[in-house]
Amino acid sequence: MRNPLSDKIVTIKPSGIRKFFDIVSEMEDAISLGVGEPDFDTPWHIRDEGIYSLEQGRTFYTSNSGLKELKIEICNYLKRRFHVEYDYRNQVLVTVGGSEAIDLAIRAMINPGEEVLIPQPSYVAYEPCAILADAVPVIINLKEENQFRLTPEELRASITDKTKILILPYPNNPTGAIMERKDLEAIAEVIIEKDIFVISDEIYSELSYKGDHVSIAELPGMKERTILINGFSKSYAMTGWRLGYACGPVEIIEQMTKIHQFAIMCAPTTSQYAAVDALKNGDEDVAEMREAYNQRRRYLLYAFKEMGLPCFEPYGAFYMFPCIKEFGLTSDEFATRFLREEKVAVVPGTAFGECGEGYLRISYAYSLENLKIAIGRLADFVEKLRKEGDKS
Amino acid sequence: MREELLRVIERNSRIDLKELAVILGVEEIDVVNEMAAMEAEGIICGYHTLIDWEKTSIEKVSALIEVRVTPQRGQGFDSIAERIYKYPEVNAVYLISGGFDLMVTLEGKSLKEISSFVSDKLSTLDSVLSTATHFILKKYKDHGTVLARKKEDHREKIMP
Repeated sequence: MRNPLSDKIVTIKPSGIRKFFDIVSEMEDAISLGVGEPDFDTPWHIRDEGIYSLEQGRTFYTSNSGLKELKIEICNYLKRRFHVEYDYRNQVLVTVGGSEAIDLAIRAMINPGEEVLIPQPSYVAYEPCAILADAVPVIINLKEENQFRLTPEELRASITDKTKILILPYPNNPTGAIMERKDLEAIAEVIIEKDIFVISDEIYSELSYKGDHVSIAELPGMKERTILINGFSKSYAMTGWRLGYACGPVEIIEQMTKIHQFAIMCAPTTSQYAAVDALKNGDEDVAEMREAYNQRRRYLLYAFKEMGLPCFEPYGAFYMFPCIKEFGLTSDEFATRFLREEKVAVVPGTAFGECGEGYLRISYAYSLENLKIAIGRLADFVEKLRKEGDKS
Repeated sequence: MREELLRVIERNSRIDLKELAVILGVEEIDVVNEMAAMEAEGIICGYHTLIDWEKTSIEKVSALIEVRVTPQRGQGFDSIAERIYKYPEVNAVYLISGGFDLMVTLEGKSLKEISSFVSDKLSTLDSVLSTATHFILKKYKDHGTVLARKKEDHREKIMP
């Protein structure tokens, strides 16, 4: 029989998290700090709107680009929160999560062989999506000394004649890093000078603990070269509803909508109705959840300091990215031993790019009570490793 | 810091002061001072425990009583409210807008104890015009806490 598979697909490595997931799932009593989604339930008023829409029989397709009412609310929201204005009629596309929007944006803009700049450590999907679109992914290794922010020097050094897109993943998963206005201004200059485009993945925009998140699309000259991606998963604790959106220049959104139309038809209708309510009445829920995350963030920073585990202060998302280089173990070894010996699952930094070596991603999408138990075990483990080190 | 502090201790009054300072990002001494100040100002009125008595072997009956009263000259509802809340078996007394005046919540050992409180003590007060007693059959949620079930984590254990 002929090989039924596409060579391109076969070369793509499965997510590094997968292997870890298999070990964890066979350990019944393991506690996890490995989850990349909120621990809160979707606020009830939002769920209630979803249920109501079902009761009303709103179970049909929506228009390809999404419910008009939702697109209007998305535009209101982006203007209200991040001071970026879009026309709901042709600059917004409602997608199946932010992930679909990332895929569509790359596919709509790339010709084979063009380069996509991907700062790492970052979310696992950018590189495979680029490869699927026949782009050449070019990795920018971010550094802890820069708090994992992208500097204009790093950006400039990675740009070639073939560079088309920069992926800008802030607030960042897995590092928790953010880009403040001054950081964005510095790279915007390079972006405009070199005439490249930006896919700004702002899915964690509401989880910013040092003033409000700034979108690069807000900066002068940037809106026309930016696809802004956001969604409901992290800010409204709606991961399972699978709903996100992309906003940007008409001609790009138009092509993205075309792919979406043929591949997906439209985002889930129930989720879209629920999301209208999220945007209209959800600001307070978001603020409350943000405050809860921030409290846990402060607690973890303090706990790491107490156990002498170096960690830069992250101001975004719900992750800490402590450095474990002192123990002479790889991230994978550390995480595997920690899981086997203390029964706590964390994700090795290398799951998010090679430059994540020497780091762990610790999620604080858990109640303080659970965090305390897990962090107690981490402190024990760290002490154990240090004692082992002393002996040898 | 007041608002955040109150929000945290409203949910967990047993939280350690050091930990409270850490999660609020302030010094422990400031937390201590702020709490003392709020106790003095009567903002913090107590540190109670939420108990689901249903799960114990101790028998308890609770009731909500709607009370219609004649307000007294010069004192409005305050003096009649005081006469009612002084009974130790009374848990709470609220002045209510609408069809009646005072809402009294009451805890007793038995139905009989509550009904004798209503008939012997409450109804016989001069200013009380009428009462309507509602017995609580089941508490689903109290003080923002769902009593019926424990929350489970249904998330996948590892997700990028």
